[in-house]
Amino acid sequence: MKLTFPHMGNTYIPVKAMLDDLGVNCIIPPFNNKKALEIGTKLAPELACLPLKINLGNFIQAYEMGADSILMTGGCGPCRFGYYCEMHREILSDMGVDMKVITLDIPGNDYNKLLNNVREITGGLNIYKILKAVKNTVEVSKKVDELERLTFKIRPREIHKGATDKIYRSFLYSILKIKGSRNIKKHIDKARNKLLEIQTDKEMKPIRVGIVGEIYTTNDPYSNLYIESRLGNEGIEVTRPVTVSGWIIDHMIKKALHLKGDERYKEAAKPYLGTMIGGHSQETIGNTVLFAKDGYDGVVQIFPLGCMPEIVSESILPSIERDFKIPVMSLIIDEMTGEAGYMTRVEAFIDLLKRRREIDAFEGKGMLSWN
Amino acid sequence: MSIKVGIPKSLFYYQMYPLWNTFFEELGAEVITSPNTTKKILDEGVRVCVDEACVPVKLFHGHVLSIKDKVDILFIPRLTSISKGEYVCPKFGGLPDMVKSTVKGLPEIIDVEINWRKADSNDIESIITIGSFIVKDEKAIKNAYKKAVDKFNDYNEDIKKGFMPEDDKNRKSNLFVVKDSGIINIAVIGHPYNLYDSYINMNLFKKLRANGVNIITQEMIGEDVINLHARKLNKRVFWNFGRKALGSVMHMIEGSDIKGMIFLMSFGCGIDSFIGDLAERMIRRHTDIPFIYVTIDEHSGQAGLDTRLEAFIDMIRWRDKNEVDISAYG
Ligand code: SF4
Repeated sequence: MKLTFPHMGNTYIPVKAMLDDLGVNCIIPPFNNKKALEIGTKLAPELACLPLKINLGNFIQAYEMGADSILMTGGCGPCRFGYYCEMHREILSDMGVDMKVITLDIPGNDYNKLLNNVREITGGLNIYKILKAVKNTVEVSKKVDELERLTFKIRPREIHKGATDKIYRSFLYSILKIKGSRNIKKHIDKARNKLLEIQTDKEMKPIRVGIVGEIYTTNDPYSNLYIESRLGNEGIEVTRPVTVSGWIIDHMIKKALHLKGDERYKEAAKPYLGTMIGGHSQETIGNTVLFAKDGYDGVVQIFPLGCMPEIVSESILPSIERDFKIPVMSLIIDEMTGEAGYMTRVEAFIDLLKRRREIDAFEGKGMLSWN
Repeated sequence: MSIKVGIPKSLFYYQMYPLWNTFFEELGAEVITSPNTTKKILDEGVRVCVDEACVPVKLFHGHVLSIKDKVDILFIPRLTSISKGEYVCPKFGGLPDMVKSTVKGLPEIIDVEINWRKADSNDIESIITIGSFIVKDEKAIKNAYKKAVDKFNDYNEDIKKGFMPEDDKNRKSNLFVVKDSGIINIAVIGHPYNLYDSYINMNLFKKLRANGVNIITQEMIGEDVINLHARKLNKRVFWNFGRKALGSVMHMIEGSDIKGMIFLMSFGCGIDSFIGDLAERMIRRHTDIPFIYVTIDEHSGQAGLDTRLEAFIDMIRWRDKNEVDISAYG
């Protein structure tokens, strides 16, 4: 079996680590690219969401590289992601692309199916080995997230512009050649040390922007046109609470073990969104409130066109914007999103935040001179 | 004076109005529904709602605007789930929040969550909370609900027989006899709030009926038949609408005299984008039944639909006539 799986930002790193540890032969599709999106757009229903389309492109490109099976996670709704696996299966089979779709669903009560799928992937069921691989995967994903967070901190403060991007990008590519969680972890540490050597302006107090929205488009730089790196290079520090490791840990592992994750956002969301309605809408609302209370300068919401839960968030966000006087911008992404129009909006938003900062600073000074 | 409860004539209204109307009326409230959809109602909804929302949700906002000043209290339940193990749509779950954030000057809102996802039977707790907005007597609420459920069951039986909610006034005259000469059966798959709102579906039902079409909807197919087929799917569909739609389509493929299928789809609907596609794949893979999409959006025009429908029906009739002449053995 040659297994492939869809890209979503840095997810390929922990997943690769896990499959390596389990001794599974895996083919990582080329990083998200224009061709992949074109393929997916052609195959998928027109109004399907963007991640589904890119996924399909990933699969076809991996198929061309020799992959014969696909590993997906499932879900039980109400967000469409939970039914991706079936859409993929049907579309690929109509295209005559002979790939097997294996879904690792979080079991409701049918653990047998899950175990069978695991057995199929790993060619056996050595529980000890599997648990160890899972543990290592969690560690790797945490480390990847930490590394990413470090780039968010350093990028706006770096003295030589572009230094962070250079190290980080070469790290993302080099991972492809490294096998096994142990080596991958070492490699992450190396990248971290390199990042820490970058010269930064320690005095700087960058503008702070929170990123909220749908998990795929916020976590996948290709889909969001590298928003985090662009903001960072403009001297803005970004924070994104919803991450891959968070998702793996909270949604898969903690749910399976019935443990509670960090739920501050739920409390914060309550006045605006009463319950969980699927996707990450509750996180979007709750985290926006938390950002506002923490004194962030602005919030950017990102989601794929047609995303049901995020449309609900989008229509609620203006209330938070009003109540807390924090600027919020929604970026909606589909295959037609043009770079030019997108960047104009992002730049206008940055300008707005900078101007607000200046006014605040000015008023602050005025206050001081009175004392 | 009795409390005036407002129910927007949109979304859950069409599926559930006998339930809620009876319930509130039994409790002594006066139920006020917004008028049938008009251009003005739709336009106002479109104006206040976010661009990315689907038409039914925009329309719902319009209906809220049209009655909010005429009532003491608005009923916008948080409909997370109306069936075990399934969801409605994320937008139904967030509906009261969307409305509250978008529409100014709202009266009090009954935004109680209805989540029957985990329950085997109806979760009476949420019903009691809803009822207590009107009266404090728990027993009265339970009684009212019992009566409401009876009405609701009758309604669903009527729908199964081929009545449409809008036939209410003149029921019998609209009932066609299946397989009568010249009458063809066409399945229309779509959400009840699109099927039964003739403004928003551009009079689709009237047009079909005027052309001698007997309409079959998923609401007319028994729950057990639907489930039997839905179980054959690789993975259970977790949307109430989706399971019913695909179960019905599979049933129609296997053994019915459906001559054509129309998938009535809301532009911007996440669920339709998947379910419509899967339905089309199934139909094309296993049958030669003609299939078209009719897409609803705020700009859709009557004229275009008329020509498409006529062509579609002509083609079906033509095939129906000529099929018998073609030998099955070539
Ligand atoms: S099911 Fe579709 S049409 Fe209905 S509210 Fe949800 S997205 Fe809109």
